[in-house]
Amino acid sequence: MNIKHHLQDDTLLAYAAGNLPEAFNLIVAAHVSLCDECRAVVESYDSIGGAIIDNTEVADVSADSLAQTLARLDTVTREPRSTPRPGTLPAPVQNYIGGDLDAVRWRPVGMGVKQAILSTSDTASARLLMIPAGVAIPDHSHEGTEMTLVLKGAFQDEDDRFARGDIEVADGSVSHTPVADIGEDCICLAVTEAPLKFKGFLPKVVQKLVRI
Amino acid sequence: MLTEIQSRESSIRPTRNRVGSESIVLNIAMDKQRPIQKTLSGSDPDWVALMQRVRDHQDRAAFSDLFTHFAPRIKGFLIKSGADATMAEECAQDVMTTLWRKADQFDPTRASVATWIFTIARNRRIDMLRRQNRPEPEELPWGPEPEPDQADVIALQQDSVLLTEALKTLPAQQRDLIEKAYFGDLTQSEIASLTGLPLGTIKSRIRLALDRLRHLMK
Repeated sequence: MNIKHHLQDDTLLAYAAGNLPEAFNLIVAAHVSLCDECRAVVESYDSIGGAIIDNTEVADVSADSLAQTLARLDTVTREPRSTPRPGTLPAPVQNYIGGDLDAVRWRPVGMGVKQAILSTSDTASARLLMIPAGVAIPDHSHEGTEMTLVLKGAFQDEDDRFARGDIEVADGSVSHTPVADIGEDCICLAVTEAPLKFKGFLPKVVQKLVRI
Repeated sequence: MLTEIQSRESSIRPTRNRVGSESIVLNIAMDKQRPIQKTLSGSDPDWVALMQRVRDHQDRAAFSDLFTHFAPRIKGFLIKSGADATMAEECAQDVMTTLWRKADQFDPTRASVATWIFTIARNRRIDMLRRQNRPEPEELPWGPEPEPDQADVIALQQDSVLLTEALKTLPAQQRDLIEKAYFGDLTQSEIASLTGLPLGTIKSRIRLALDRLRHLMK
């Protein structure tokens, strides 16, 4: 896959080290599912975790710990290797939806844009967005970091074009107007630290209702 | 018994460009490929071979050797990550049980046994301390060949030994910072300062292993 926009090393390190909120873990896992370049970086950061396990101070386990664990093995069913799941949504996203695109329960948010909020811990939020072909997501800025991963179609912002597998990272200072390609509807996974603020798009009270 | 522990999720603030951010560059001559004194068949047991016996023969003696070596390290790691001793002991047992349950998924061309155990322990920690799942990337297709090339296995395992040695030789302050990141103790901006980790050749080796897996499926 020809991916042009990747995650930065510090985000991949934070993912490997286990330091990210759930919603960001999800979008990193989804991008890495599509991007072997970033997967190799994550797995090499994992190997630093291995080195830390190798070097770490040991804490003695109790005398019967091994015997207890051996007894538990009798009750364990071995898991076969998992196989890749075909579909538009990468497996980690499918796990949150309970299926592929056809299982998504979309809610309209205006201008033909639809969203589906995924249930994650509340320090950050994750949603799928469906932007009709040729439609612009209204000019918005946000508090904190927003990451947007394209899963279908493509969008264009002021600087660049983003297609399947590409991830856009924007911080709070960026105000931008992504426009979906004219050819087909664009489906993205978007993760934010804080709620989006749309400029004059919907009254605040409606924003609360639809949890934009 | 699980007790409530404050979640340690840090706020994420990736810097859009890395130029200008203060960074600590670690000087490690990993790429020079100095000769390895400590080989896999040297003082350390061959953990990969033990894992393969667990995988292929459900070998409990091999499992016991792995447990004796790694369980106290997992427990130590979890205590450093904020678990109390009782919880850490229980979770170390869980991690070793997962190693048995998922033995088929261990790929020695992409991870050492310690690395694979780290990923299981990290996920268990997130589950335990935050009551969250950690979304994992989609598994890559496994090729029709059941056994990876032995040369690839040895190369990756040797890289891992080098990495462990490289970490040991870092100045204490830098090593502490890296460890804190992996114990879940750093904020995102502190993590952003950790550039130039001593990865050596391991990334390119893993990349090749991924290419090979993709290629096998075509």
